[in-house]
Amino acid sequence: MNWTLALPEIALACAGLVILLVGVIPGRNTFFGCTMAVIGALLLAAVLVLGQPEGTALGGLYVADAFSGFMKILALLGAALGLVLALDFNRRESLDRFEFPVLALFATTGMMVMVSANDLMAVYMGLELLSLPLYVIAAFDRDNGRSAEAGLKYFVLGALASGLLLYGVSLVYGFAGTTNFDRLADVFSGNGGVPAGVVVGLVFVVAGLIFKVSAVPFHMWTPDVYEGAPTPVTAFFAAAPKVAAVALLARVLLGPFGDLAAQWQQVIILASLGSMLLGAFAAVGQRNIKRLMAYSSIGHVGYALMGLAVVSDEGLRGLAIYMLIYMLMNIGTFAILVGMRRRGRAVERIEDLAGLGGTDLGRALWMTVFMFSMAGIPPLAGFFGKLYVFLAAVQGGFWTLAVVGVLTSVVSAYYYLRIVKVMFFDEAPAEGGLDATTPGLAAVTATTGIFNLVFCLYPAPLLLAAGLAAAALLG
Amino acid sequence: MITAAAFYIFAFVLIAAATMVVTSRNPVHSVLFLILAFFNAAALMLIAGAEFLAMILVIVYVGAVAVLFLFVVMMLDIDFARLREGFQRYLPIGGVVGLILLLELALVIGTWTTATEASDLRLAPNPGGGVSNTKALGQILYTDYVYLFQIAGLVLLVAMIGAIVLTHRRRPGTKRQDVAAQIARSGSVNLEQVPTGVGIGELGIRRPTLPEAPKPKQVEHADHHGGHH
Repeated sequence: MNWTLALPEIALACAGLVILLVGVIPGRNTFFGCTMAVIGALLLAAVLVLGQPEGTALGGLYVADAFSGFMKILALLGAALGLVLALDFNRRESLDRFEFPVLALFATTGMMVMVSANDLMAVYMGLELLSLPLYVIAAFDRDNGRSAEAGLKYFVLGALASGLLLYGVSLVYGFAGTTNFDRLADVFSGNGGVPAGVVVGLVFVVAGLIFKVSAVPFHMWTPDVYEGAPTPVTAFFAAAPKVAAVALLARVLLGPFGDLAAQWQQVIILASLGSMLLGAFAAVGQRNIKRLMAYSSIGHVGYALMGLAVVSDEGLRGLAIYMLIYMLMNIGTFAILVGMRRRGRAVERIEDLAGLGGTDLGRALWMTVFMFSMAGIPPLAGFFGKLYVFLAAVQGGFWTLAVVGVLTSVVSAYYYLRIVKVMFFDEAPAEGGLDATTPGLAAVTATTGIFNLVFCLYPAPLLLAAGLAAAALLG
Repeated sequence: MITAAAFYIFAFVLIAAATMVVTSRNPVHSVLFLILAFFNAAALMLIAGAEFLAMILVIVYVGAVAVLFLFVVMMLDIDFARLREGFQRYLPIGGVVGLILLLELALVIGTWTTATEASDLRLAPNPGGGVSNTKALGQILYTDYVYLFQIAGLVLLVAMIGAIVLTHRRRPGTKRQDVAAQIARSGSVNLEQVPTGVGIGELGIRRPTLPEAPKPKQVEHADHHGGHH
């Protein structure tokens, strides 16, 4: 039993238990200390992931390779930054209970289990360990009706998705006789036909996973949950879990079902097309900026799935790069959204940003950077994210995907640029500009903003890491 | 011979008890019949050689789950007469659905073929080689799949944290035990030798006056019609 390979997960889970114990014993509020400890534990886990050898362990349930390493670092980074965003916001909205960072930590453990899953059972357990804390933190502002609604809606629909996934898994197990990824790949690599039951099961598994990445047609929970949940929770949702779910989708489809690409490719292409179109057109009429970000995230998942749909080395590398850039620009944008307060009250309408260019030029400029990056305007990082997936689609001959991708980018540029226009050219409302931001938020904004600006200067190491990750999965 | 007789006795009582669970008018009786059914099922498992599962069934299901059912049934004031009101009206359509299900089941069972090795495996719950039933289960749960077992534990922990986070409220006025304050309390308590037969008031020992206890909140009973116990 080679359990030391799973050291990052084990260390993170044990740290979670210790922090839970240490947080609950003192009678006073330990939110700040616990959050710092959790961020420390996440960074420790990231260091352990960097030093992790490759291989399978724990009876073939766990796999560590370059792909899992890359995605785990992303997820850990996203979770840590997401917690930084919550520090000040939760204190002001009196949501500063120490369970918040602990739940986020367990969710992150679930993400790591998902990314490293080498068995359909491990996939399900990881997914549940991710989802359950997310349901709770969506409803964390329990006295707020919208937050409770978000949590309940997410829970009910998430349970439905888990049911779909389990149904698919049981069909696959019934027809293939195993749940282990390596063995499944062996079963399907034979040139005999695949039983219809496996294909049906595969579609159900894909449906369950697509729900988690919130791609069309399983996106309907996203706007409501993103709008209702407290803003730092929304930032957390949009970053780390999405990376983990996309990574899991890629691993499941390219690992055990790699030889059935012809069966699942149309599904992913349709999901990608639908997400890009919905993300572009449904966001246009939004007035609430969190809702707008929800549709924007659906669109971005559509672009990322394009990298998966082409089933090639370039495509997968594009997907990995896309998730990295998407996560960082999303965290940066949310660092500004979390800090949107007027006279101490949190505001979340697009009009509330009006006149920010006059009252707080620095923040307005960073927001402009993020919006341009989201829209995919060179030379910002967002452009390169789109470039690599479009390139892969063109090389693979998927012209429809590439053309729809470019056109929807143009449409979505409208609503990103509208925010810039509101900030610089609209009059500030009579009650004054937004309150000053906090040092933590400013630091996150600046770090992610600088990344978006300088990515074009020296992308080689990240491209190389993404290339290695892609090669590990397809290899 | 005795095994077969025992099997039929336990199986008969099991089915009879299960029927009574569904048909008895008093929900408390239903739960009691459910417990009887559990015991008989445990006996059947013992006959099949699955002694660990039999014990677990008795301990977990009878000891915990059925008792929980009992609590729930007694706490929820369910009016079963009202629940059964529409029984006659919905009987035809319910009967048709039941008939279709029965036909489908018959079709499935009619085409059921068992693998040739299945009959050997059915009454051999142990992997052989002197490994007991309990040990075989433990091997699977705690050695082969210990990773998933631990994750399942974390999922349950998260569920518990979530339930507490979302529902627990600190009420003002609740009295909590403060261990540190209790231990630090010295000097304010002293032992005295008191002669018997004399009231403490006559000896000059004063009782400390109790602090005013907060009054319980007045509950308005006027608009409380429901509930007939």
